[in-house]
Amino acid sequence: MTAQGQFEPRILGFLCNWCSYAGADLAGVSRFQYPPTIRIIRVMCSGRVDPAFVVRGFSRGADGVMVLGCHPGDCHYATGNYYAQNRIKALTRLLELAGILPERLMLDWVSAGEGKRFATLVTDFTERIRALGPLGQSEGLSNDELQQRLAAASRVAHSQQIRWLIGRKRDMLDKGDVYSQPVDPEAFEALLEETLSTEYLKSRLLELATDRALSVKEMAGAVGVAPRVVLPQVAALEQAGLISMVGIEGRSPKYMRGE
Amino acid sequence: MSEAKVGVFVCHCGSNIAGFLDLPALVEYTQQLPNVAFVQDNLYTCADAGRAQIAKAIAEQDLNRVVVASCTPRTHEPLFRSTCQQAGLNPYLFEFVNIRDQCSWVHMQEREQATEKAKDLIRMGVARAVFLEPGEEIEVDVVPAALVVGAGLAGLTAALSLANRGLEVKLVEREPTMGGLLRSKHRLYPTGEGARSWIAAKIEAAKKHPNIEVFTEAEVRAVRGFVGNYEVVVEQGGREFGFSVGAVIVATGAKVFEPIGQYGYDGSKVVTQAEFEKSLVDQHGELDPGVHSIVMIQCVGSRNEERPYCSRICCMTAVKNALFIKEANPEVGVYVIYRDMLTLGAVYEALYREARGRGVIFLQYSPDAPPTVGDGQVTVYDELLGQTLTVPSDLVVLASPLVGQDGAADLAQMLKVPVDEHGFFLEAHVKLRPLDFATDGMYLCGCAHWPSDVGETVAQAHGAAARAAILLGAGAVAVEPIVSVVDENACIGCGLCETVCPYKAIVLKDTEVGRKASTIAASCKGCGVCGAGCPEQAITMQHYSNQQLLAQIDALAEMAG
Repeated sequence: MTAQGQFEPRILGFLCNWCSYAGADLAGVSRFQYPPTIRIIRVMCSGRVDPAFVVRGFSRGADGVMVLGCHPGDCHYATGNYYAQNRIKALTRLLELAGILPERLMLDWVSAGEGKRFATLVTDFTERIRALGPLGQSEGLSNDELQQRLAAASRVAHSQQIRWLIGRKRDMLDKGDVYSQPVDPEAFEALLEETLSTEYLKSRLLELATDRALSVKEMAGAVGVAPRVVLPQVAALEQAGLISMVGIEGRSPKYMRGE
Repeated sequence: MSEAKVGVFVCHCGSNIAGFLDLPALVEYTQQLPNVAFVQDNLYTCADAGRAQIAKAIAEQDLNRVVVASCTPRTHEPLFRSTCQQAGLNPYLFEFVNIRDQCSWVHMQEREQATEKAKDLIRMGVARAVFLEPGEEIEVDVVPAALVVGAGLAGLTAALSLANRGLEVKLVEREPTMGGLLRSKHRLYPTGEGARSWIAAKIEAAKKHPNIEVFTEAEVRAVRGFVGNYEVVVEQGGREFGFSVGAVIVATGAKVFEPIGQYGYDGSKVVTQAEFEKSLVDQHGELDPGVHSIVMIQCVGSRNEERPYCSRICCMTAVKNALFIKEANPEVGVYVIYRDMLTLGAVYEALYREARGRGVIFLQYSPDAPPTVGDGQVTVYDELLGQTLTVPSDLVVLASPLVGQDGAADLAQMLKVPVDEHGFFLEAHVKLRPLDFATDGMYLCGCAHWPSDVGETVAQAHGAAARAAILLGAGAVAVEPIVSVVDENACIGCGLCETVCPYKAIVLKDTEVGRKASTIAASCKGCGVCGAGCPEQAITMQHYSNQQLLAQIDALAEMAG
């Protein structure tokens, strides 16, 4: 916020060293002006950006996150931006599952010669975020609720299953699965979608059951889905030893996150 | 290492930073940041005095981390790293915070908010610096060969310069014939020799040189890799050629702006200076019959809103051609209508005086009242006389500027180097590295860089070749130790890293504790794709570790709210 109380977006930028960071420098050398909203972190490649970094950025107060890399085909490391694209795409969906507007995350390409383009992208993204307001506001989430959802999203971004799926996407589509059977892109996306939503639900339940014991029905109410959808995930969490039954209230067993 | 003691040096960069940010507030803010033991602002941190201050503070304050908040790491990180090293601090304990190119220069009207941004950036940089670890550079071999793109005067000169040092050169030219703009030039100033035969000699020399392989009617399709080891693909006649080089020199030249719609430009009675000169070449120095008076108009399409730059070569070209006309045909009238005559240096200025002495008439116009071209005459308000003059003209010659070469932006994107808004390639630093790109192992010369005349182009080409030869002659180059690091305890040997690595720089190996990922440091280029995707988060990158990046992200939280 400025002294006048007007909302000024806080934007975190991850820029690759070779193209987009150089493009941002060129904007400076050319004196192309843009709003002072972005805080840039230099990485060697957009492929270095772990989705968990982006979630962390949101949880530390970013209202929007920009990930900028080399144009497709121009990656300094040949394929880094391709992996960035897969990861950010999946992360966008994850944010959506967490009730965070996907417009708050942006992946785009800026070459070393595109100073003007960089300035324009930051200006436009700033306007977009300015219109959305602070993170959580247009989502209708309290800060506690927001942080809990981000914690769940972070857990998913760190999950072995998700990271494996996203990492293998390129190979699976190009070379087929472990049996060298070609994988249909649509089938892959459906699998990823299913895994993301299941993992996110499990993570949310785990976050909910961190401080207090909850019944399946209470959990279902808190996350806004039917108890029959929650039940198998509670069972899975219990089986994995992540939550345990700590008591029974009436006829409902209550679960809480384990040590 | 013991507790972090960070020294922060905030650079004024003259007024480039201090003129747009509140430096005293920035310094005061930085002083109270955690782990910051010392803060100093310098007029120019990169100057001898500034670097001496860093060395002094490392010694006296016992600093174990140094942060410089200044221009950009892309030009000055190596300098400050070496300052640290000379002062006994490992260069990888240095962190750069960009508050000029990405702050003061892009928020020139927002002093308060730009200062807040600089505070955030410094806070984030210090947070990262705390977790920096010492690193040792890795030596990689250099391929002793160069790619020179463009075989005009700049490219030919650079290629010959390198080839004469015994280095292998691949010279790639898009046109069927080498020689570039000079092929259609008549005479060269200041000496007056024939341009065509002069460039022809260079073309012959390049063709015959055993160290130069020439590709004409060929285009560079791909350049991948790193300093000392670039993989190049060139397409010629539908065939692709691949080879490795250690360095790349961009010498793609410029093209002449076509002044369509200006001063009745029609390519016959109203022509560009380039077209006029071409006709002199074609007609062996003869003017068209019936041409008794020639009017040259300067700055046509340059030094205006769209193209604010001076094309630099047009004034001397006008003087050169005017002198030639007067020498060959003293009776022909020559008028040069100019805004400002730019004839730099003793020799060029003497030629300008000589032209006046031989009867060339120079008339100054103002851009507010440009000359008007009529039938057989040109009318102009002469600024010096203060009156409107009409002069006869059988031929009007327009000095149109050089503009960026066709395809420059595409080549720039392929090489990952910048071009400016006019399509000219941009050097790493105008004074410190005028012939280098910021990307190591890439250089530039000639009109690809900026309109330059023959003498300047030759000097630049020799300079770029010399810069490249330093690298190519060294045999090896030290690269940053930004490589993947595997935590064997966390690694489950899944092999995803091996799958995604574009360099085969991380492989599974059998160890006593099972199959584990293992980095081949000499092959690793540091992209971090493996680390960002490792299912167990068992891989991180040296100098861009998870811990360092997360600390930087976390420091965003204290952003001025």
